[in-house]
Amino acid sequence: MEAILFYLTALVAVLAAFFVTNCRNPVNSALCLVTNFICLAVFYVMLEAPFMAAIQIMVYAGAIMVLIVFVIMLLNLGTAVKSRYTHGMVAGGVLSVLLLIVANVFLRNGNATGTGGDITSAVIESYGHTELIGRAMFVDFLLPFEIASILLLVAIVGAVVLSKRKV
Amino acid sequence: MIDTSHYMLLSAILFSIGSYGVLTRKNAIVIFMCIEVMLNSVNLTFIALSRHVGNMDGQIFVFFVMTVAAAEAAVGLALMIAFYRNKDSIDVDDFNMLKW
Repeated sequence: MEAILFYLTALVAVLAAFFVTNCRNPVNSALCLVTNFICLAVFYVMLEAPFMAAIQIMVYAGAIMVLIVFVIMLLNLGTAVKSRYTHGMVAGGVLSVLLLIVANVFLRNGNATGTGGDITSAVIESYGHTELIGRAMFVDFLLPFEIASILLLVAIVGAVVLSKRKV
Repeated sequence: MIDTSHYMLLSAILFSIGSYGVLTRKNAIVIFMCIEVMLNSVNLTFIALSRHVGNMDGQIFVFFVMTVAAAEAAVGLALMIAFYRNKDSIDVDDFNMLKW
């Protein structure tokens, strides 16, 4: 049952990613990207990371996609689709297939070690995923968390300054 | 429980589709969306391996990747708006102002 769900969702995710790269209209690409994000959220739930799935839906499918669709609509790109919209199809295709082959070689020859850490299904069941995430973030990763907040502040200021008409 | 290698393979496929889009498309916003696909495939790898290893650190890393992606979206789209205002185009072929 879980395998069927996995393969169906994987199929939808790959097709959505393919149409992101191949739709002529950027709005259609954006909608396919939302589909891809939701499929990934399903995978996160299957991997027992429900908090990550919620964050994926809220931050990616919510905030970032609204921003992208907003900019597409603002620049009115949906109507101005030019006749030629890609370049270097052959070179790009060859390079990405090579990338896929290299990743496959690593995957086939690699041997995943270090299994059996302390976060098992029973631990997630008893504590809850959100509590485990919060404990790891605010105890072990407090400094990176603060640095991330400064990064977001810099991004806000940068976005305002860049899109102003006159500085 | 699905085997971790399945997730890794799916993630590799998504990453190569994203790189194909980055290499071939002309529209800068579509290239940006393809970069998001690549970031998300890496996130999937992180969470699958974090589950495989039984450790929380990979998921924290995904959290920071999402933070950086949000910052990147804000700054990148502001840059595209500024560029469109100057050149009336968003094609990457027109991004040649630093060339001499």
